[in-house]
Amino acid sequence: MTAPAAPRTASAPRRRGSSGIRGGEGVAGWLFVLPVVLILGVFLFIPVLMALWVSFSDWNGNGSPLSPSVSFIGLQNYADVTTSGGLAERNFGLSLRNNAWYVLLVVPLQTALSLLLAVLVSRAMLRGRGFFRTAYYFPSVTSSVAITVLWLFLFSTTGVVNQIIGWFGGHGPNWFQDPRGLFHLLAGTTPGPEVLTQGKFLGVTWWEWTAGPSVAMFAFILMAIFTTSGTFMLLFLAALQNIGPELAEAAMVDGANGWQRFWRITLPQLRPTIFTVVTLGLIGCWQVFDQIYTGTQGGPGKTTLTPAYLSYQASFQDQKWGDGAAIAFMLFVIIILFTLLQRWVLRDRPVSRRRIRAYQPKGVRHG
Amino acid sequence: MSRHTARAAIAVGGTVIAALALAGCGQGFSSGGSSGSAGGLTSSKKPITLMIGSSGDAETKAVQDAASAWSKKSGVDVTVVPATNLSQQLSQGFAAGSPPDVFYLSTDAIAGLVQNKSLKAYGDMLGNKSDFYPSLVKNFSVNGTFYCAPKDFSTLQLIINTDLWTKAGLTDADIPKTWDQLAEDAKKLTSGTTKGLVFSGEYARIGAFMAEAGGRLVSEDGKKAEADSAANVKALDYVKQHLNDGTFAYAKDVGAGWGGEAFGKQLGAMTIEGNWITGAMQSDYPNVKYKVVELPAGPAGKGTLQFTNCWGMSAASKNQKAGLDFIQFLTSSEQQLTFSKAFGPMPSVKSAAATWKADNAPLVPFLTGADYAQGVPTNAGAADVIADFNSQLETLKTADPKTILQSVQTNLEAVVK
Repeated sequence: MTAPAAPRTASAPRRRGSSGIRGGEGVAGWLFVLPVVLILGVFLFIPVLMALWVSFSDWNGNGSPLSPSVSFIGLQNYADVTTSGGLAERNFGLSLRNNAWYVLLVVPLQTALSLLLAVLVSRAMLRGRGFFRTAYYFPSVTSSVAITVLWLFLFSTTGVVNQIIGWFGGHGPNWFQDPRGLFHLLAGTTPGPEVLTQGKFLGVTWWEWTAGPSVAMFAFILMAIFTTSGTFMLLFLAALQNIGPELAEAAMVDGANGWQRFWRITLPQLRPTIFTVVTLGLIGCWQVFDQIYTGTQGGPGKTTLTPAYLSYQASFQDQKWGDGAAIAFMLFVIIILFTLLQRWVLRDRPVSRRRIRAYQPKGVRHG
Repeated sequence: MSRHTARAAIAVGGTVIAALALAGCGQGFSSGGSSGSAGGLTSSKKPITLMIGSSGDAETKAVQDAASAWSKKSGVDVTVVPATNLSQQLSQGFAAGSPPDVFYLSTDAIAGLVQNKSLKAYGDMLGNKSDFYPSLVKNFSVNGTFYCAPKDFSTLQLIINTDLWTKAGLTDADIPKTWDQLAEDAKKLTSGTTKGLVFSGEYARIGAFMAEAGGRLVSEDGKKAEADSAANVKALDYVKQHLNDGTFAYAKDVGAGWGGEAFGKQLGAMTIEGNWITGAMQSDYPNVKYKVVELPAGPAGKGTLQFTNCWGMSAASKNQKAGLDFIQFLTSSEQQLTFSKAFGPMPSVKSAAATWKADNAPLVPFLTGADYAQGVPTNAGAADVIADFNSQLETLKTADPKTILQSVQTNLEAVVK
């Protein structure tokens, strides 16, 4: 028992000899990682387990969740926010709707924009490259609270954005107070067709699901793109500089133009970075909280409510800790699912027939 | 392979158990706290912690002064903690088993804390119990038990910009007594960027119209949802009509954060606000002249809403006896008048009314409102329903009042039991 690191038989295969002079290394190893294991355990692993327990219990926020007065209630909290038919369900549905539109717009746009910026500032002949890199990166290092406050000013009724719109004869909306959905605005805000207004999912009608981000949420979407594309630009920049010039040169010899070189040579080599950027983007977007907390607190008309903020609100404001924990875990599952999905989308595929044909000498070559 | 995993599992398991034990020790389990019913009070030599959600430096300083005055008298130390986010910090305190002994408590948080037995019901033990306004006592009673002493209160009334009033050719005789007169005045006061009446588009203001029409969200005994009553529909119809004819407007729609800001910036010639507006006018818009009058009577007579906070006491407090004495000191007529002078709230006790009226002659309508004001719903979960109501009120201009109120009714029925 005192020396558990010395197994008797040769069943420990690949590594090294199991006993002898190095027999104590296992113990030493564990000893060295013990502080980290302890810290991670106390501050990460156990809280996660406790939160999981809270999501299955009727803990009401008084005293310890592990005290005997707290009991297991199965999936009741989860049912409360997904099938109760009440306000909790509708709030959760709305928060998912809002956040889904946010993700759908922010992730592709920020990825594309950061890639574009990276390509621009990686050019050797660009004058003042350093300046541009700093300028683009600057919003990323500023605190999200400060940026939100700045945004509230820029997008107020009489703010800079509306004044600029005014120069062009337009009349800007009252951005952060406007709950109308963008797609409904474009379609003309008539009450939707019967088919869509009757059916509901998570307490939210299909018509509301299709509303798109509200004007207020759109301002947040712009802000997210503005603040994060700098960070991701940096990742792309590093990846671009790691790509050797040989392939591009070879392509040039073959007569590929700039666009073709980017599309066929550079972009495929950036795939791991794109994966990283999209994954980070997905996680960040599904967890959006600071901006909502400092900016709109879910308003106007609950159109900027997000699951992360709702989870906080349910727990701390409404004292429904079980609901809050359940929302947090569902958010966690959503993030995992989306990450898996995009991993599947970005997987390495065998080259398609059409593509192969393009490289065959006698095939039909288009473009 | 399997051996390795097993060993790792044992190691991790041991760590988890050890860490759980550590976490357990640190928490100081309070086993749910003592019951919320009026029972014996705890008593010890420990100092008292008082957590406040302060409106600013003036309030913080006034409370600190009061605390040290009582401290000197009683010999019990008091620590005043101004919270940055009161409801969150209270929740954390209760969850961790170390809540403050005494704290500000809002009407929408009381039911939740009663439900989870975090709150000590000491109301009936107060020596000055009969001095509090009955409507305030009702606000802080849950299932017939008076939980905590009302700290102070405010009501909504009509604020009029006197310069714009005379400029529109109106006199004291025109001060609105009915809804029709209010609409007429608002029409005369509407010109250019100034709307006649601007207020925040939320239940906490529009609810006054509902009260004037004879409606309310939850019955007086708190046991029945009454949101979709004909009276409430009438009130929302009235507001909607005048939002649409352009004489009324929501503060947000004219680009202001709240009614007071719209009023101060002269985007509205009248507004509906509580007595906290006086502080804002003094500091931000000292040049705007105004007066306070009672809100006009609706179809069912006079009506307004009242807002209040109480001095909550934690069920887990080790020093409830001293806490009760402290609260009695804080709610005494004398101390409340001092608070009123320092940062403007209205005393919650009747015995201070005469002095307060004499000292604050222009603000008397606020206090007169105490006679007919109704409180906001305090049922557990009601805050959530009201938040949803507010989000629907934002679109009142185009929405159907009846549909809105029906959805509020459904939501309320789920929480009012």
